[in-house]
Amino acid sequence: MAYDNFNILKSTAVPLPIENVDTDQLIPARFLKATERVGFGDNLFRDWRYNADNTPKQDFILNNPVYSGKILVGGKNFGSGSSREHAAWAVYDYGFRCVVSSFFADIFRNNCLNIGVLPVQVSPEFLEKIFTAVFADPRAELEVNLPEQTITLLSTGEQESFEISPYKKGNMTNGFDDIDYLQNIKTEIQEFALHLPL
Amino acid sequence: MSKTLFDKVWDTHVVKKIEGGPDVLFIDRHLIHEVTSPVAFLGLKTRGIKVLYPERTFATADHNTPTINQHLPVADPLSAKQLKALETNSNEYGISYWGLGHQKNGIVHVVGPEYGITQPGATIVCGDSHTSTHGAFGAIAFGIGTSEVEMVLSTQCIMQPKAKSMRINVIGKLGLGVTPKDVALYIISKLTTSGATGYFVEYAGEVFENMSMEGRMTVCNLSIEMGARGGMIAPDETTFNYVKGREFSPKGEAWDKAMAYWLTLKTDADATFDKELTFDGSTIEPMITYGTNPGMGMGISNHIPDAEDVEGGVTTYEKSLKYMGFSEGDSIVGKPVDFVFVGSCTNGRIEDFRAFASLVKGRKKADNVTAWLVPGSHIVEAQIKEEGLLDIFIEAGFTLRQPGCSACLAMNDDKIPAGKYAVSTSNRNFEGRQGPGARTMLASPLVAAAAAVTGVVTDPRTLIHELELV
Repeated sequence: MAYDNFNILKSTAVPLPIENVDTDQLIPARFLKATERVGFGDNLFRDWRYNADNTPKQDFILNNPVYSGKILVGGKNFGSGSSREHAAWAVYDYGFRCVVSSFFADIFRNNCLNIGVLPVQVSPEFLEKIFTAVFADPRAELEVNLPEQTITLLSTGEQESFEISPYKKGNMTNGFDDIDYLQNIKTEIQEFALHLPL
Repeated sequence: MSKTLFDKVWDTHVVKKIEGGPDVLFIDRHLIHEVTSPVAFLGLKTRGIKVLYPERTFATADHNTPTINQHLPVADPLSAKQLKALETNSNEYGISYWGLGHQKNGIVHVVGPEYGITQPGATIVCGDSHTSTHGAFGAIAFGIGTSEVEMVLSTQCIMQPKAKSMRINVIGKLGLGVTPKDVALYIISKLTTSGATGYFVEYAGEVFENMSMEGRMTVCNLSIEMGARGGMIAPDETTFNYVKGREFSPKGEAWDKAMAYWLTLKTDADATFDKELTFDGSTIEPMITYGTNPGMGMGISNHIPDAEDVEGGVTTYEKSLKYMGFSEGDSIVGKPVDFVFVGSCTNGRIEDFRAFASLVKGRKKADNVTAWLVPGSHIVEAQIKEEGLLDIFIEAGFTLRQPGCSACLAMNDDKIPAGKYAVSTSNRNFEGRQGPGARTMLASPLVAAAAAVTGVVTDPRTLIHELELV
């Protein structure tokens, strides 16, 4: 019930070839004061996107109108640091439905899967190919096929498969979440709790 | 079959295994704070569901609280609203609430252990990545996202695949002026910030065996900074002595029953790990970071490495040094320092303030340095006063603030100004972490003290000749 379902996404991409992009960059702590999940996209990459006087930094990729799309492509170890789900919310709220990288930090990957943003891990070589293709032609499209677990660079036809657990894949293609599942086994959980060592 | 410490605690808490999917893991203790919980409570309301076991969740306000004048209303309306939401939600669902002004209020990872909520062999989660701190007790503890906070509130379970296992041994004896923080920063500098991603780490070897609970907490706290899901240390006499007699610790028969379980919490002699690393503790120096992630650390006597000598992309490395205003080959000793921050869930415990006091005693704060000393809890604050550390601080020109996360993430007013340099005992040196444009060098309380009294980055070993190891 928590989000739109995800099947096949065909889109241009925004390339961000920086490694170790941490969740403090995705959404700085001073924007975590909300009590509702609204408006986080405005502050995605706030301090990379805007100067102190709130004017856009022209050299940052999100401010370059040439690049757009529903896929964000980042460098290795994307989403490291703080567990703030707000980082994944900001990515989603900005309009991205998929993040591609050669390596994801654990909690960020989990948070993405829980809110309907698909993290796609590709080989470092394929990541380079994507960066090269998108920088050469910002209109280059990627196709992310969740049922088939493939990502394809449509301009060249080059393709890689990616991993996702069958359970999470089922959740994403149907738009279910873990709470739906857990609610259904509540009796089992309560029975289990009677026999804990602590 | 032989098992690791991690296997034992994890397997004990698996409600159900899903084929081709995660395990359903039962959570014994759930800690919440004001920043990552409101949307989870909103989710409960939308779905019309209750908190299943309110007695297993504990709420404290810490991320977004002021560290001065806590008796006054919180000035920032957004912060005030968020703090109020925690109070309202906790009261509505029957959750223990330790808000601002409450005697038990403090940093979630400091008060959890202090009140005996943290126990060996427990599963503990919190919407905060430094939940790994509680692994110091032989608990499985890790940070979760807000969707998972909602799962735990509503069903006391989360769904995650079991992590791979890694053991990190540190053998030998630590040198003068080398603290648990240095051990952790050293390990992270060797593994990088992604070196333990996908793993749950067990720390073993004599360095950790000889470490106090406070030191073990500092080490486990920083596990997330090398990407690990969490870190843990097998419980021993040090652990049991710490836990015994605390408010939420088991008593009487319950204690004996708990001890019977806790004494099983050791990695079996023939158990194997997916990865095992060993370091020699005697080679570790006081550490300091020079870049914009915690893996960019080095012994304080070293020079900033060249891009080709570090793992990862040159562009990212150069961006990082540019942000810091540093150059390859620079000596870190002698770099200017504008701010010193002692506190956080990493180094906001009594031992950290003892270490800081041991070095500033009889010296004076440098005029160019603004220092923020922020205890992790009211218990730590009271200990600082009782032990006479506050007198030492005042004599040396320092003041003590009130408990909270403070400049570690700079959500409140404790922000390092743009372009300024801070030596910080916290856990992250990311761009803007301590305020937009702030430049952070992570280090131990001793390195922070040396910077605070000299006004520049200084090797604490040059200021101390005889120091009780902390």
